[in-house]
Amino acid sequence: MPHLSRSLLFFLLLIPAPKPAPDFSRPALSGPPVHLAQLRGSVILLNFWATWCGPCEEEMPRFVQWQQAYSSQGLRVLGVSMDDDDTPVRALAPKMHWNYPILMGDARLGRLYGGVLGLPVTYLIDRRGRIRARLEGATDLPALEARIKTLLAEPSAR
Amino acid sequence: MASHSLPRLAAVLLGAAICCLPAAPAAHAQSGTALKLDSAIQIEPLDLNTILHGSAAKPLILQVGSKVLFAESHIPGSEFFGPAAPPDALAQRVAKLPRNTAIVLYCGCCPWERCPNIAPAFQKLHALGFTNVKVLHISQNFGQDWAQKGYPVEPAH
Repeated sequence: MPHLSRSLLFFLLLIPAPKPAPDFSRPALSGPPVHLAQLRGSVILLNFWATWCGPCEEEMPRFVQWQQAYSSQGLRVLGVSMDDDDTPVRALAPKMHWNYPILMGDARLGRLYGGVLGLPVTYLIDRRGRIRARLEGATDLPALEARIKTLLAEPSAR
Repeated sequence: MASHSLPRLAAVLLGAAICCLPAAPAAHAQSGTALKLDSAIQIEPLDLNTILHGSAAKPLILQVGSKVLFAESHIPGSEFFGPAAPPDALAQRVAKLPRNTAIVLYCGCCPWERCPNIAPAFQKLHALGFTNVKVLHISQNFGQDWAQKGYPVEPAH
């Protein structure tokens, strides 16, 4: 039993403590501005993307589905376009049918989130505002959905 | 000793499994224009880094990808050109250069096989008669294949 406790303690020490998600406030292409800190209590899927990024475009219909399916459980999807301007983003809107806010990103926001130097980059932020995953490149969508469900099942405060 | 190392190994493996979501294989990758580029005209990041640290003349390095990503981080001394530049802008930039000028093009916006920018820029320079153009082979993206490998960037992080 003491042996088990020691192993468990060692294991717990190996898990890095989740870091708080850097706060930001941005206008949305449509709808009210988004202030991340005000979304505390929700599970956030923060997706950095761009119109010229093929894998990004393939992922977004699933994000639309998840926003629809899990919004009542507290999921909030945020899309951050890293396009150079919003013209191609607005042009894509009729095709994408976004049901979540689309914000325009920039180099500053990219640096704030550890360097967004290739797309897509997706963060999962838990109800306590902590980063629980950073995914680079085309994601394993079933695995991501499972991870979202796990976070949605967690209480907002412990 | 052995009884301690086994739980430690198990803990490391379990921790890694929990902390990391696996990246998906590029099962849905479409053929991108970068795939058409011959390997002979590609240069690997390690080799370009060696050139940048050497005493020989440096190539002209043009970034033909996203302006936002360039502003965030780019290869020191490189120039932003971007995919949205007017069609004749690249021709104007290189108009006065000897046709044997060493030029390296890079993008790194997306995985190599999905990059929409690098091949058109190369083909444009090739059509203009440039004979010493290389494209930087960025397998995944600029972050993973350049910045995170410790190669120089500016602004410095």
